[in-house]
Amino acid sequence: MSKTTTGFTNKLEIPTPREKLHHPMDRYLRTERFPHIWCATCGIGTILTAFISGLEKSGLEQEKVAVVSGIGCSGRAAGYLRLDSFHTTHGRAIPFATGLSLGNPELKVVVISGDGDLVAIGGNHLIHAARRNIDLTIICINNFNYAMTGGQAGPTTPIEANASTAPYGCYEFPFNLPFLAESSGAVYVARWTALHIRRLAKSITEALLKPGFSFIEVICPCSTLYARRNRLGTGLDLMKFYHDNALIKHGADTREIDIRYQDQIVVGKFVDKDKPTFLQKRDKFLREKLGEKFIPYKGPQPI
Amino acid sequence: MTYWRVPLDLDQVEIPHGNIQIIVNQCKGCGFCVEYCPKSVLAMSTDFNRKGYHYPNIVKRNLCVNCNLCEIICPEFAIFVTDDKPRHPDPEEVLKGGGNHEG
Amino acid sequence: MKADPIGVATGNHYIDGDHACAEGAIAAGCRFFAGYPITPSTEVAERIAERFPKVGGLFIQMEDELASMAAIIGAAWSGSKAMTVTSGPGFSLMMENLGLATMLETPCVLVNVQRGGPSTGLPTLTGQADMMQARWGSHGDYEIIALSPNSPQECFDLTVTAFNLAETWRVPVLFMMDECVGHMTEKVVIPEAGELNVIPRKFFRGKKDSYRPFSFNGSDKTAPMIKTGDGYFIHITGLTHDERGYPVINAEAQDKNVRHLVDKIRNNEEKIRLIEEEGVEDADVIVIAYGISSRVALKAVNDARNKGLKVGTLRLITVWPFPEKRIRELASTTRAFVVPEINMGQISLEVERASRGRAKTLPVPHAGGWVHDPNDILKAIEEGAA
Ligand SMILES: Cc1ncc(C[n+]2csc(CCOP(=O)(O)OP(=O)(O)O)c2C)c(N)n1
Ligand code: SF4
Ligand code: SF4
Ligand code: SF4
Ligand SMILES: [Mg+2]
Repeated sequence: MSKTTTGFTNKLEIPTPREKLHHPMDRYLRTERFPHIWCATCGIGTILTAFISGLEKSGLEQEKVAVVSGIGCSGRAAGYLRLDSFHTTHGRAIPFATGLSLGNPELKVVVISGDGDLVAIGGNHLIHAARRNIDLTIICINNFNYAMTGGQAGPTTPIEANASTAPYGCYEFPFNLPFLAESSGAVYVARWTALHIRRLAKSITEALLKPGFSFIEVICPCSTLYARRNRLGTGLDLMKFYHDNALIKHGADTREIDIRYQDQIVVGKFVDKDKPTFLQKRDKFLREKLGEKFIPYKGPQPI
Repeated sequence: MTYWRVPLDLDQVEIPHGNIQIIVNQCKGCGFCVEYCPKSVLAMSTDFNRKGYHYPNIVKRNLCVNCNLCEIICPEFAIFVTDDKPRHPDPEEVLKGGGNHEG
Repeated sequence: MKADPIGVATGNHYIDGDHACAEGAIAAGCRFFAGYPITPSTEVAERIAERFPKVGGLFIQMEDELASMAAIIGAAWSGSKAMTVTSGPGFSLMMENLGLATMLETPCVLVNVQRGGPSTGLPTLTGQADMMQARWGSHGDYEIIALSPNSPQECFDLTVTAFNLAETWRVPVLFMMDECVGHMTEKVVIPEAGELNVIPRKFFRGKKDSYRPFSFNGSDKTAPMIKTGDGYFIHITGLTHDERGYPVINAEAQDKNVRHLVDKIRNNEEKIRLIEEEGVEDADVIVIAYGISSRVALKAVNDARNKGLKVGTLRLITVWPFPEKRIRELASTTRAFVVPEINMGQISLEVERASRGRAKTLPVPHAGGWVHDPNDILKAIEEGAA
């Protein structure tokens, strides 16, 4: 018999051994690598669940979806997914994914990585891949800091928030990621938090099915570093904060959705438009210019 | 003041029902599932799993509506729900206005 | 395997080394190119941009060299043969992901048309000062293959070889040209496709769950690859990993992983080695050179022979892995090695190390911007013979 914190007395349930329990998402997971490395009450695992759920609904063939990550806590996502998965160098997930996606246009290539990885060291790649409209889905896990290296300030750390390299609080202006993505040319831009799992999953499905550069920012609790340094409690407390302070505003003007420290977070789908992808545009353009002489790239050839 | 009455065709009403499975030793005790279950089906245990975390216990199994929220909010892939036979609500429950709080 | 005729511009051409290199890549089956413009290598990218749409290749100009190198690794894992080209500062930017390519054992080719450095240095003038960066430029321990052509014809031929070596050993291959060779125009003969030997990617065809992307057996048997999207669900990481590609962070795993990266090249140096020797058997002095310097040295060697000196030549075509054993053998039969190179002494250090004091090593340094005065090389030969 055991007592719960809420005072209930439970019937003792004999736990079924792990081998006998098949989580419905197991076929998308490298179960042999679990438990994963993320801390208790970290939200990255929840985002992974939302990703799998969005992927399942998309109806895309599991074989034809590849995931690329950079370096960071968020960057470990690739390592747990039973897809062709690549854990690359810090900041270079997008150019690696660009090569992979253009190299085999049959693939849907997804990049899952952190705010520091995608927007600081990899910021130049982000804006250029968006500009070219490379057929990629980017899931940017924004936990407002460089978690993997111990909670340093990064390109999204809000002014006032404390970080290990901003011990008196951060005084740099942060990026507003949906605005950055939209102005760089992304055809699909959304922002959710780790609490908005169903809406996030739906956005992921839409983004996966959208040809071109789609960008989803997910605000995510980092319990061990960001929350603790700023005395914000646990990941659960941050989830409650999102519950109370997130405002769903589809189609909001991305110029007006900056995130300030512990303030309202506007979430929703902000951009959803059609534009030819890099490859579509290239092939059409070159066919017009070269006529019969043009031979489109057909993916990896025998040699 | 709310007037509750038991629908006459209550025996025809079916509520989806889920069979909750918890992979106890994979849980890291974050409490997300307990907090966000719309029917307060779960509560944290006082004892620990093999890794030293409290894990969720099923305390109101029959109230589970198979919404899957616990499954997709769990960062550890430690809880999931499979379809069970739908349930007929009992008149008492209806008079009380259902579960604890609608999420 | 024979080359795909669509990419082989058979015939006699009068082109420079940069253009010949581009043709070599296309002939070798390269169909993915990512690069960023930089003198004196841009002509390679320009020719590829012009030719690729007509041979079914995909050219993309990236935002920088970090991205270019990352993109060709991604493309290689999609199953394509991929290349990038750079010079000077761009080579420095590629070092990060050269390490990734090495760690992931990714076949690809990185061309460096060397110019004078450091920093922006001499954008339009020649240099050979990136030879040690080629060997040690990325952090950590690894071995690399680097080739150095000395004519436009070789820029064609050896680019094909570079792709073949990349496929055979699952390594990034560095193609270390220099501005002189890159911008020198000569006759280049491109053979029929049927006469070109092109090594195709080795793909795994066994059972899906039995596939291992790496094989750390320390021998010359590198694991075959797969194409992303074929359902093998591979995981690849730049972290130290096991044969499944899964990260393992401890000293044993590191030992297996790194030892394999080093051994597969080091233990097979003789199989990889491409050198050209002439008159070394009874030489008192052997001139060791590569790239443009090997051609400049010929004048000095001729002059020395006319003076009655016994001089041999050894040309490094593969500079890395360094033919250490061969140099050591020659060190016991010759008096001195003369090493002219357009840097302040890089490969000469290796020659000195390999000869273990059995023969003298006389570097002939040059800071870059132009080739050696043959008389400087002659003087060193005379000193060595004395
Ligand atoms: C070139 C390079 N510089 C620095 C690092 C160290 N580093 C590893 S992860 C990281 C930050 C990751 O931050 P973010 O992308 O936000 O991921 P998080 O850990 O917060 O999920 C840094 C700076 C590195 N691995 N490589
Ligand atoms: S350090 Fe932060 S981001 Fe990293 S796993 Fe822990 S809670 Fe998550
Ligand atoms: S499925 Fe829904 S109702 Fe049932 S336990 Fe999970 S969250 Fe609660
Ligand atoms: S959400 Fe998962 S990890 Fe968190 S308490 Fe529930 S079962 Fe445990
Ligand atoms: Mg972060």
